[in-house]
Amino acid sequence: MSRRERRAQDERYRTWKGGYRPYDLIKEASIAVGVVTGLVLLLTILFSSPDERPSTVQSWARTDPVDFVTTATTQLDGTSGTATYGPPYNHASDGQHILFIRPQKWFGVSHPIDTAQDFVIAPLRSIPGQPVLQSAVSAYQSASAKQQAAWTTAYENALGKAKANSDGSITVPAGSYGPVSTIMPALLSFAQAGGLDGALLTSKQFYQTDYTKPLLFMADGGLLESRAQAEHLLGSQWGIMNETGSFPGQSWLWLYTFWYQIKPFSTSANADVLVMAIMGVLSLAFILVPFIPGVRSVPRWIPVYKLIWRDYYRARA
Amino acid sequence: MSVSNETSWTAKVRERAVGALPPEKLLADKQPVYVASWIYVFGVLSLASLIVIIGSGSILALKGPGWWHFTSVGHFFNSTHLWSVELFFFFIVIHLWGKYWMAAWRGGRARVWITGAVTFLVAIPCALTGYVSQQNFDAQWISTQAKDAMNAAGIGAFFNLLNFGQMYSYHILLLPAAVVALVIAHVLLVRKHGVVPPFEVRQTSETVEAETATPPVEEVHS
Repeated sequence: MSRRERRAQDERYRTWKGGYRPYDLIKEASIAVGVVTGLVLLLTILFSSPDERPSTVQSWARTDPVDFVTTATTQLDGTSGTATYGPPYNHASDGQHILFIRPQKWFGVSHPIDTAQDFVIAPLRSIPGQPVLQSAVSAYQSASAKQQAAWTTAYENALGKAKANSDGSITVPAGSYGPVSTIMPALLSFAQAGGLDGALLTSKQFYQTDYTKPLLFMADGGLLESRAQAEHLLGSQWGIMNETGSFPGQSWLWLYTFWYQIKPFSTSANADVLVMAIMGVLSLAFILVPFIPGVRSVPRWIPVYKLIWRDYYRARA
Repeated sequence: MSVSNETSWTAKVRERAVGALPPEKLLADKQPVYVASWIYVFGVLSLASLIVIIGSGSILALKGPGWWHFTSVGHFFNSTHLWSVELFFFFIVIHLWGKYWMAAWRGGRARVWITGAVTFLVAIPCALTGYVSQQNFDAQWISTQAKDAMNAAGIGAFFNLLNFGQMYSYHILLLPAAVVALVIAHVLLVRKHGVVPPFEVRQTSETVEAETATPPVEEVHS
């Protein structure tokens, strides 16, 4: 069919030349607002809304001190998830990619984080009146990278056999940990007292609304994940489209989370960029449905419209 | 002495606006006879839900982001905000499916579809920023999980889900403003073009593709 014929056919749908019926736009909108308001109030009264208390570094250090110290040690020696993340936090890796395309690097390191300095050293340096601790931190900082790695690796291995004590401290098998054996218990005590929560939010100004550092620190540990698993929120459990408890969550994210459930995305190191690329293409296709041959014709091939306009067609018949 | 308005930008904008949407079209008191199905209700229900979302969200904004955690009244309004969002997405999804099966882009109405589809897509991050602004465990988990997709897509530099202040700004101003602007554009386009008429059933199968097709953009918008 020629473009002219196509245009002529489409022209028939531009203006309705048939009959009309009375209609009250404002009345309909007002009733709709009333109905929805009533429905919302009913759902609110019946079900309320979830509000699970947030975790803190303090609560994490108190409930699972071994996991906290293990995570903190990986922050100190630069092997944690955040320390090895790459942009936008550091240059430790190039991040995810599709072929040679690395969107993660486009805007560089916009939120620079040195996990050893920001998560361990600087908070400990803020503790006054502990000369032994400050000497230990200085000794660690002045040691060679090789020596630091030897201490932290030995300490991390020993943490696998560490035990939590009833007073909140941990017992680590004896070994050659250098100043790390002083640094980590001190950080644990600082965290259990609530000091680390504040230290991780410290900035150059009084007001603070950026929780990037404490959230990244906690996300590297096991506390958030164990809570999420109990609330069926893990990625393998359809992740963030769920909600805590039995409440409906962001069900509109089902197609995003769907891809993470199947291979190759469920096992790919580049899953996030791949899923975002697919969703970008699908979103564009969704917007451009009127221009996509075949997709735009399905409504004609599967005549749901006969149900929608059944009164109209019945009247014409 | 007469006053000429030929060069007045204001007059030109007014004449163009009134020409495209005369009052009887903007606030119509009649509809084509075929607009008689329950499926048509979901558009206005989506709009009504958006109004309730904005209303409940405004009350929460008035008292600040921490209020709802410590007061029963605040928790009540948070619940109304949550359920109006759930209803909004429920209604808009049905509305979009309904419009798809009507091929509602026919007859120069491609922009009506596009503004509706983009509204849905913009509403998704609008809701996401709300979830990460809750200041509870839900916000902690969602933000730390979803950040990887944002970073991988290259937008983490200016859309940092872990930055509460930034997300709150997105949630209560930038994204709602975009959604409202899109909805206004969508509704005005619906008023301008009218509701798409039914398929003409007498046509043969050879005309199917042509009938549901949309001419090139310049023709659609002419």
